[in-house]
Amino acid sequence: MADKRTTIDDIVGELRSGMTIGIGGWGSRRKPMALVRALCRSDLRDLTIVAYGGPDVGLLCASGKVRKVVCGFVTLDSIALDPHWRAARQHGMVEVMEVDEGMFFQGLQAAAWRVPFLPTRAGLGSDVLAINPDLRLVRSPYGADSPFLADPADADVDLVAMPALHLHAALVHTNRADAAGNGQILSPDAFFDPLFLGAAERRFITTERMVENGKLSEEGPLSTVVIHRLLTDGVAETPGGAHFTANPPDYGRDEAFQKEYAASAADPVEWEAFSQRYLHVSEDEYRAHVRERGTR
Amino acid sequence: MSADAGFTRAETCVIACADAWRGSGEVMASPFGNIPALGARLAKLTFAPDLVLTDGEAALMVGAPPLATKGGDLVREAAMPYRSVFDVVWSGRRHIMMMASQIDRTGNQNISAIGDHGRPKVQLVGVRGAPGNSVNHPTSYWVPDHTVRTFVEHVDVVSGVGYARAAAAGPGATRFHDVRRVVSNLGVFDFETADRTMRLRSFHPGTTVEDIVGATAFALDIPDDVAETRMPTPEELDLLRTVLDPGALRDREVKN
Repeated sequence: MADKRTTIDDIVGELRSGMTIGIGGWGSRRKPMALVRALCRSDLRDLTIVAYGGPDVGLLCASGKVRKVVCGFVTLDSIALDPHWRAARQHGMVEVMEVDEGMFFQGLQAAAWRVPFLPTRAGLGSDVLAINPDLRLVRSPYGADSPFLADPADADVDLVAMPALHLHAALVHTNRADAAGNGQILSPDAFFDPLFLGAAERRFITTERMVENGKLSEEGPLSTVVIHRLLTDGVAETPGGAHFTANPPDYGRDEAFQKEYAASAADPVEWEAFSQRYLHVSEDEYRAHVRERGTR
Repeated sequence: MSADAGFTRAETCVIACADAWRGSGEVMASPFGNIPALGARLAKLTFAPDLVLTDGEAALMVGAPPLATKGGDLVREAAMPYRSVFDVVWSGRRHIMMMASQIDRTGNQNISAIGDHGRPKVQLVGVRGAPGNSVNHPTSYWVPDHTVRTFVEHVDVVSGVGYARAAAAGPGATRFHDVRRVVSNLGVFDFETADRTMRLRSFHPGTTVEDIVGATAFALDIPDDVAETRMPTPEELDLLRTVLDPGALRDREVKN
């Protein structure tokens, strides 16, 4: 059995400028922040980031790594809007493909199932179609004479054809994992993390703690091992790897730190100081700086 | 609003939100904002006992606990991760009350951006689930600051879909489309008119029709017999003040 253990630096080393990268989690919850920080200090650029957006999107935009973001929102949960994202958008620094969050889910699902699109009502009538002029409708091939038509209202109906969101790479953080690449999510919502991995060519997970293959069932019910090794290429142990986002049951969101992050959007001097202290440092130094703050 | 009335504007708003879920049956009530959250809980405790409420994370809650209840004190009855929320949305078994940074005469809502979407004057949170919600299940809106900047002739980015847009998009959009109710700090509105444009359903005690017209940038349909929003019952006021919201979080969202 392959040993998929790797490091965050080796994972980032596999990525290239211009790639489309999916990032798991949701808002400011269980984001693979150690990997995001490593991306921020890399020399990668022109990335397309696909995410249920949180501080991952804000940090990468503020660090000048992003050409385009595919999302339905960017939020810090306890702070409604990531101010770094707001600044990037209002200064016209990034492109956006903004879609309904359910359309986003279907785009990942289509990529994971290797079909070019999935049909949905979501988006019909809204400006999502106007602001994304490449989106197309699809007409149901089942007409009034079809034996499959459950309701006449759906005869020949036009729906949005949500295109597959193909990812060059996906990055996901888990509570536990093993060297074979099985990942366990002990927090109450796995979000769409298995789908991000399913939609990607190269699939990487980080984890709070590695355990021996076969021992994940001792950490929690096997039903929490929602990422099986068919979905992963590499796994890196990163204790605190989702900080400052919420990662229960290991830790909650570091709200004080998040406020400091949000405040650093106020001006370039603040951002430079934040960036030097927390991004252009190793993970060990990062954790030391976080401990010094005393909120974690 | 005078103290004489015995209840505050925020309390009127809670009642108006609660009434939006009257008759909804066994659906997921998804309120955004403290006042809609209180409305949904009050409805569940009184006239809409079959409503299904989430804990704001990934589960359904038993009962209708006080607004400030900490996560560890909640009793949960089933798992509801986001993956399952979309199953509920697309099945139609939900009635959401979202907020609106802008809403217009035909019920279009905007939470995406103010100005040109390509380079917004003000970036907002994003369309979120509004496009899909509004064409799949009953959708209501809560606007805590009713002004000519929030009740606009045309929203800048159509996130939640209104009646004219749905009709233009065809049967795929209209089949389950139902913009049910709009509640603001001034009044209650619906689209129960021949041409499906916004109608004043009631004005809150302490406001006037003229106040509302002056705070709205488009022509409202105003029935001759439009009445005041109903007053809370003594039982509702007691539940609200002593059980659901003893810390009066409601008064932070709408000032008296």
